[in-house]
Amino acid sequence: MRLYLAVFALLAAVHCEELFNGDQVLRIHAESENHIQILKKLERDVDSGLDFWTHAVSTEQPVDIRVPHSSLYALKDFLKKNNIPFTVIINNVQEHLVREREEMVRNAKMESKTKSFNFAAYHDLETIYNFMDTLVASHSNLITKVNIGSTYENRPMYVLKFSTGGEQRPAIWIDAGIHAREWISHATAVWLADRIATDFKENRAPVPSILSQMDIYLMIVANPDGYVFTHRSPNEFYRLWRKSRSATSNPKCHGVDLNRNWDAEFGGPGASDDPCAEDYRGPSAQSEIEVKNIVKFIMSHGNFKSFMTLHSYMQLLMYPYGYIGIDAPDWPELHDVATKASKALNSWHGTVYKVGSIFHTIDQASGTSVDWAYLRGIKYSFAFALRDTGEYGFLLPADQIVSTARETWFALRYIMKYVCDHPY
Amino acid sequence: MASTGDLEPTHYPARRAAQVALHYLNTHHGSPFRVFGLQQVHKASAEDVAAGGRKYKLDFSVTDWGSGSAGPALRCSADVLFPRTERHSAPEVQLHCEALHQINSTAQEEDAFYQKYISPDSTVSARDIPDSFGNMSEEMQPFWRLARVAASFIMLRESSENTEFNMAKVASVTQQESSEEQLMLEFVVLLHDFPSQEIVQWKLLASWSPDRGVRVLQTEWQPRCPHATKPPN
Repeated sequence: MRLYLAVFALLAAVHCEELFNGDQVLRIHAESENHIQILKKLERDVDSGLDFWTHAVSTEQPVDIRVPHSSLYALKDFLKKNNIPFTVIINNVQEHLVREREEMVRNAKMESKTKSFNFAAYHDLETIYNFMDTLVASHSNLITKVNIGSTYENRPMYVLKFSTGGEQRPAIWIDAGIHAREWISHATAVWLADRIATDFKENRAPVPSILSQMDIYLMIVANPDGYVFTHRSPNEFYRLWRKSRSATSNPKCHGVDLNRNWDAEFGGPGASDDPCAEDYRGPSAQSEIEVKNIVKFIMSHGNFKSFMTLHSYMQLLMYPYGYIGIDAPDWPELHDVATKASKALNSWHGTVYKVGSIFHTIDQASGTSVDWAYLRGIKYSFAFALRDTGEYGFLLPADQIVSTARETWFALRYIMKYVCDHPY
Repeated sequence: MASTGDLEPTHYPARRAAQVALHYLNTHHGSPFRVFGLQQVHKASAEDVAAGGRKYKLDFSVTDWGSGSAGPALRCSADVLFPRTERHSAPEVQLHCEALHQINSTAQEEDAFYQKYISPDSTVSARDIPDSFGNMSEEMQPFWRLARVAASFIMLRESSENTEFNMAKVASVTQQESSEEQLMLEFVVLLHDFPSQEIVQWKLLASWSPDRGVRVLQTEWQPRCPHATKPPN
């Protein structure tokens, strides 16, 4: 960080056309009090032309010195004679400055794009996809965009992977927008993507610690075809569309409820076999390409420890099961985690969420993603139904996006930290 | 699927019954400046009754959506009876809310609104309230609330233990010629049923004045293009 500041200061100098060609920055590792005294004396010598970026204080901290080209050999000689170890950390300051400056200009452009992104508005698919690209470019050391397959209407399905490295680290899955009309879920996920990136960059707990051990996969739009359809017109037939846009056995009715199409007690009560119904399960489990793509991705990854999905509305934090009313084996723990997460959410803005299984809080539902994940051994599986409780429903005013996203983040953060602290 | 005895207040059977009580509350006390929403259920129980229905006893709190999150919560208790008849019939509600008459009067706003739109020249007509982004002009807010109150008559009538209705949006409002000093408004509203996730469309004719409150004169279920989804009942 200090190095960065020093370079920045130099940039100002470069502007005044001072040149640093051939200058080097040496890192001195003082090993004794004697070394420290020698370095202190060197620093006091103002005619030396040496530019001390950090000061000689103790043997615990390295001392960084920018050395003008003309003084290089003399200083290196001096240090060797006194057995003071050093390394060259910047080989040619001028070159380094030019490269840094170019990168800073690039980053500033990207950052101003993400900073100027209006999180307090609902955006169409193209805008969200552009946002993803901008975010990846601004945080290329952390985020990559993964194409996990195409939709029925041949649109790409993207997942943002947040990772600090490792091979197939234990991972957390978050998706939004599996139901097209639940716009607050996509908008919240957009905000979350930026928030996770920013928290990592600014070293804000617990994100860096979570990301040092786990990867986060965030799918902002799980049903792109449906989402595009909801933007076609304010007419309720479009805006209030829920399902995918696949052709069905009924030429008059399109689409499958993507959250009834999973291979988890598919065909049971709590989903319809009528193609015209809002909760039409589809002709068979995973018949929908969108579901197939996600299943394939998660199964081939093989190391997901948590699966969370964002929906709206009703302000609920739910866990399995949806297909049946009996308690899941991990019920006590899941209920405890969800309860504490909902308290964290509530602490931000006072919003009250109810906690319970899908079956008990909404109704019996078969073929749901959360049940599928849990039955595949992904223990920490949760479904969120975001704001509100019916006043605006699916048409939640945009001025509630940021506060909704922020309170949701409080809950997600709690759950992610819990998952990280409880490996299995 | 039945539950008898004490009910978990956070689970859907209690919540659905409470929502029915809310619809009832709004038909009686809703206005262009007041719509009540459920805040939470405190206690609930259910029992089968002799005539073959199920009666829910509820203890819950409501807030006035008009006052936003700053508004006070009103404590209510209600008995909601879902009859068990061959053909669907409306639930019966008995409701009592504390301090109902102590909440801030909206008489001034109601009067101003009434005076503005009762004039013979007034021909309000609008679509998509709110719009896709949840926006609604300030001028449209009282009309939205009136639609919500009028829709409550329908939602109350159509409710069963297997439904949970909210109004998703107002597709259109068209002012009709005033009659007997009542504002006459034709609404097309879209209701959302939470268990089935279905959107149901109703056209209705409602009257309102500060004195007489909201009355619903005609209702007509409308098929949605291109396929006709019948209402859940």
